[in-house]
Amino acid sequence: MSILGTRVVRTEDPVFLTRGATYTDDLTDERLTGALHLTLVRSPIAHATITSIDVEAAKEAPGVVAVFTGADVDLAPALLFPAANKAMVRPFLATDRVRYVGEAVAAVLTEEAYQGEDAAELVDVDYEPLDVVVGMKDALTDEVLLFPEAGTNSVTSMHLAKEEAPEDLFADCEVVVSREIVNQRVAAAPLETRAASAYWGEDGRCTIFCSTQNAQSARDEVAGWMGIDAKDLRLILPDVGGGFGAKIGADPEFALVAWLSKKVGRPVRWNESRSENMTGMVQGRGQLQTITIGGDRDGTVKAYRLDVVADAGAYPRLGVVLPMFTKMMAPGTYDIPKVWSTAQVVATNTTSTAAYRGAGRPEATQAIERAMDLFADEIGMDPAELRKKNVIAPEKFPFTTKGGAPYDSGEYAKAIDLALETADYAGLRAEQEARRKRGDAVQLGIGISSYVEITGGGAFVENATVEVHADGTVTVLTGTSPHGQGHATAWAMLASDELGIPIEKITVIHGDTDLIPKGAGTMGSRSLQTGGIAVHNAATELVELAKQRAAELLEADVDDLEIDKTTGSVVVKGAPGAKSVSLAQLAEADELKIYHEFDGKAPTFPFGAHVAVVEVDVESGKATVERIYAVDDAGPILNPLIFDGQRHGGIAQGIAQALLEEVVWDDEGQPLTGSFADYGIPSAAELPSFDLITMETRTPVNALGYKGIGEAGTIGSCPAVQNAVIDAVSHLGVSHIDMPLTPLRVWEAIQEAAK
Amino acid sequence: MKVEITVNGAITSADVEPRTLLAHYLRENVGLKATNIGCDTTSCGACTVLVDGESVKSCTVLAVQADQQSVTTMEGLGTYADGELTHPVTAAFRQGHGLQCGFCTPGMVMAAVSLIEENPDLTEADVREGLEGNLCRCTGYHNIVRAVLVAAGKDPDAAQAAGTADKTVAPGFSVGEGDK
Amino acid sequence: MIPVGFEYERPESLEAALALLAEHGEGATVLAGGHSLLPVMKLRLAAPEIVIDIGRLAELNYIRVDGDEIAIGAATRYRDIVISDVLARECALLVAVTRTVGDPQVRHRGTLGGALAHGDPAGDLPAAVLALDGTIVLRGPRGERKVPITEFYTGVFTSVKEPDELVVEIRLPRTGSTGWAYEKFTRRSNDWAIVAVAVATLPSGRRQIGLVNMGGTPLRASATEAALEAGESIEKAAALAAEGTEPPADNAGTPEYRRHLVTVLTKRALQTATA
Repeated sequence: MSILGTRVVRTEDPVFLTRGATYTDDLTDERLTGALHLTLVRSPIAHATITSIDVEAAKEAPGVVAVFTGADVDLAPALLFPAANKAMVRPFLATDRVRYVGEAVAAVLTEEAYQGEDAAELVDVDYEPLDVVVGMKDALTDEVLLFPEAGTNSVTSMHLAKEEAPEDLFADCEVVVSREIVNQRVAAAPLETRAASAYWGEDGRCTIFCSTQNAQSARDEVAGWMGIDAKDLRLILPDVGGGFGAKIGADPEFALVAWLSKKVGRPVRWNESRSENMTGMVQGRGQLQTITIGGDRDGTVKAYRLDVVADAGAYPRLGVVLPMFTKMMAPGTYDIPKVWSTAQVVATNTTSTAAYRGAGRPEATQAIERAMDLFADEIGMDPAELRKKNVIAPEKFPFTTKGGAPYDSGEYAKAIDLALETADYAGLRAEQEARRKRGDAVQLGIGISSYVEITGGGAFVENATVEVHADGTVTVLTGTSPHGQGHATAWAMLASDELGIPIEKITVIHGDTDLIPKGAGTMGSRSLQTGGIAVHNAATELVELAKQRAAELLEADVDDLEIDKTTGSVVVKGAPGAKSVSLAQLAEADELKIYHEFDGKAPTFPFGAHVAVVEVDVESGKATVERIYAVDDAGPILNPLIFDGQRHGGIAQGIAQALLEEVVWDDEGQPLTGSFADYGIPSAAELPSFDLITMETRTPVNALGYKGIGEAGTIGSCPAVQNAVIDAVSHLGVSHIDMPLTPLRVWEAIQEAAK
Repeated sequence: MKVEITVNGAITSADVEPRTLLAHYLRENVGLKATNIGCDTTSCGACTVLVDGESVKSCTVLAVQADQQSVTTMEGLGTYADGELTHPVTAAFRQGHGLQCGFCTPGMVMAAVSLIEENPDLTEADVREGLEGNLCRCTGYHNIVRAVLVAAGKDPDAAQAAGTADKTVAPGFSVGEGDK
Repeated sequence: MIPVGFEYERPESLEAALALLAEHGEGATVLAGGHSLLPVMKLRLAAPEIVIDIGRLAELNYIRVDGDEIAIGAATRYRDIVISDVLARECALLVAVTRTVGDPQVRHRGTLGGALAHGDPAGDLPAAVLALDGTIVLRGPRGERKVPITEFYTGVFTSVKEPDELVVEIRLPRTGSTGWAYEKFTRRSNDWAIVAVAVATLPSGRRQIGLVNMGGTPLRASATEAALEAGESIEKAAALAAEGTEPPADNAGTPEYRRHLVTVLTKRALQTATA
């Protein structure tokens, strides 16, 4: 029986649950002996010119070895995203200007960690405040410019449409509904903050230990920033404590750590505090959206328009490209004849944006799902019925959408039906009706989402090396960079399934760029459909190679040979007892290793439907999630334990954005949610257990049928929960509430509707 | 100042600044790295250890406060032998996939140990509320809650079914019972 | 992230602690559970020169009946309050309120005296003690004095306690196990209250209401109390709960929202307490 599809506990866990995993700040590597600790001095002001920095007092503080400012650092300021305005470069330490609260202005190196904070307080920076621009609409006016040389706060022209919007987009619609909505800024907040340690070897090469989701591309980025050859830089990833997209690639701090290490001739360690992380780590979402949906009273949706303004933050990073995904996925699961979308990206005096679980796709789903509910509301149709009426029919696949997305396979109506049935939708509506009649203080809300998302997009190639050793163990090298997803277990399962060697004997290695020079890392839910398949293919090829060698040894025909998966040996088909040779024996005779590079060639499109059941106390506005019924279909399930775990985590983040989380700044750009005490990341007490429903629809894009599950849960749950809370108070006249649907917001919406 | 603290059964001592956090004492002076620091506002609980058997956030305890006391970290909870984790809580976490990136895990496990010890008859609601001081970003808590119930000898499916039927009001609503 | 350096003393007796406090004056801060003080020191919002640790003084750690009052040592931990049979019988409100403070780890360290000395208007315990008409017992070089809680707080995080005094005991009337309720409204379970309402029924039969986060100090809903005494219905009395309050504006709520919430929570708390 194949191990694939079975519930396998993780091989990572024995270490994780005894000694504990080893994160970058835990390292006691001898190469870091005598390392200095880096403490960064950060701007407390959102927008200012720096008139002077006095480091003399800091230099005299106990344990201080050196203090550096922007003037000392001879790394050229970096354009962190190629399509951004060329003037919007980010220095490694601020020189003449700071553009967000938290921007680093000086680097203090001390013998011991505690001394760093003391010394940093003594660095005296003179700021001349400038006007601050925090809101995107204000930033678009260009009245307050972050980069005078750019002459604008507009970051990129990459999303500009090639033509004008058609004037007749909604011409044949009986009903048109339009609304401005917000997809608010959220913080990724992985439990492990950012960390990097660097040392330079006698051979002139630099090694950086760091916490990232992409070992190889981070290496290339940092080498570029430092102006050195990528082959002179080695990145080694210890365990990584979560990323969620915010640890994609490298942070400029990695290059700074390396530069400092070279400058002082000693290794340097850096590990940021949570407060630093809440302003320094890239954040997610941050879009103002105008949704316009039109159709007929019988529920046929005929046209949809989405206009996006996206916030880049102060220094444009990956956030610049995300609206491209939002536009691509704008119509969602629906077969809408006319679709039009636009996007702009603008700089503000806030933390930079980049990828966060879903990265551009949740924004699209949130918008179309809100639009569908608004349309349903307008024509008086049940929101589930409306969705089912408009989803793309299964016969139409593969289906290229008006957004240009090549949907591979989907059963959108079936997913909706399954979710509704499991949730007992009719029963829920009856309960809701009963509570409304009684005028209960606690009302019931039911929210639905139908979603599709794009995974593996943009990075289709991945490699794996599988080697069987003479002692019967196996080493797998992968170009992915797991940070909680269990690749060590999952890739071992894939190799084991081909080799017939148990997973306990299979070690999976990632993240050392000397061992694995090529790889695209872990992001966009790409790993299984590229990296996993690369492992599978490498193992399959290894078996073929083994059979070739065994054929000679056993004097048999290759076609008569097969792998006995209970013993990991090459045997003659149908001849038990005949001579056989184990893979280990073959490895003893000659290296038994295969490197395989797999090109997935195309993205895949997992999909699903969520039904969220919430209760809202209309006297206080407080909403709590009672149930989430989730269908998340990503094709065949490799390991249900890991698969469901990704859904749970994703769903939790979706609920959190809908109800709790928002990064908030005041008008002066001061963060109001700069710690875990203020920022609404949920605990177990805020969440229910989840009802996961299984559906597996293969993709034709790859031979194993896999799509990616990493982000789907978030994409499905967030709109379902928002819709549910609004549904709970729709009988009071409320038709929309922006996220997060805090008690205050819900209550104010109820008051407003009552006027 | 000199402190002497028994950690996982072994006496440790060091000369530390009074401001040394217990979490740093464990990580740097004793060299036990499992206990992690995830925030600076006593919010996340990744640093949870037991002091004299009770869960505390070691980032909000000074090493000097724990002088002459006894501390247990996750490293002190048993081992991995013959393919099994020997402590019921860590074993349940593994069996139930109650961890992903592992950063919150040592603190979560120690909080669970203390929770079970103080209330052996846990419901799902008890577990969720009892872990409110421990944040996890990866798992969505679903499997963590189940693992703790299993470690407490409860059937997680029954506990979860009871949880949704037994509608104790959600956090933030009344905790008064008035007439007990 | 970590405090500014300081000196640390762990006196072996209350007398020794008071002597240290007298000696070091304003440069000294008292440490009990550390869960009000250390978070503030770690953010460097406070930087005492010397910290005097009284957390382990057995003579400040007790819960007992003393005549017609309960006496609780200032260094009694939240955990010990929550599991106290004496308090379950004699002051169930305090038990219920304490159970909502922080999380289990915090409750293993934080102390009642520490919470009251700190006096956070958004804290649960000052308002509960206020509803109970408790008394704070202070001791210092000038001897011991008892201050009714209604006179203890003078402003935000400010009380009549002198720098060389210690909170040594809290005294509460014996209100039993009925006639109380605590409505705590939060966004997340572990958050500080956006607004909270504590209802206690005193031995005299008078219902008293303490308000959390409705001003710079913990407050009583005096108008509501008076209305109840005058025989008004719970709904009518609760509608007056915001009178005399100055609720803050922050991310969680506007003053208008808090004024609304407090009437809702007061109504519910009174209904529960009277049920």
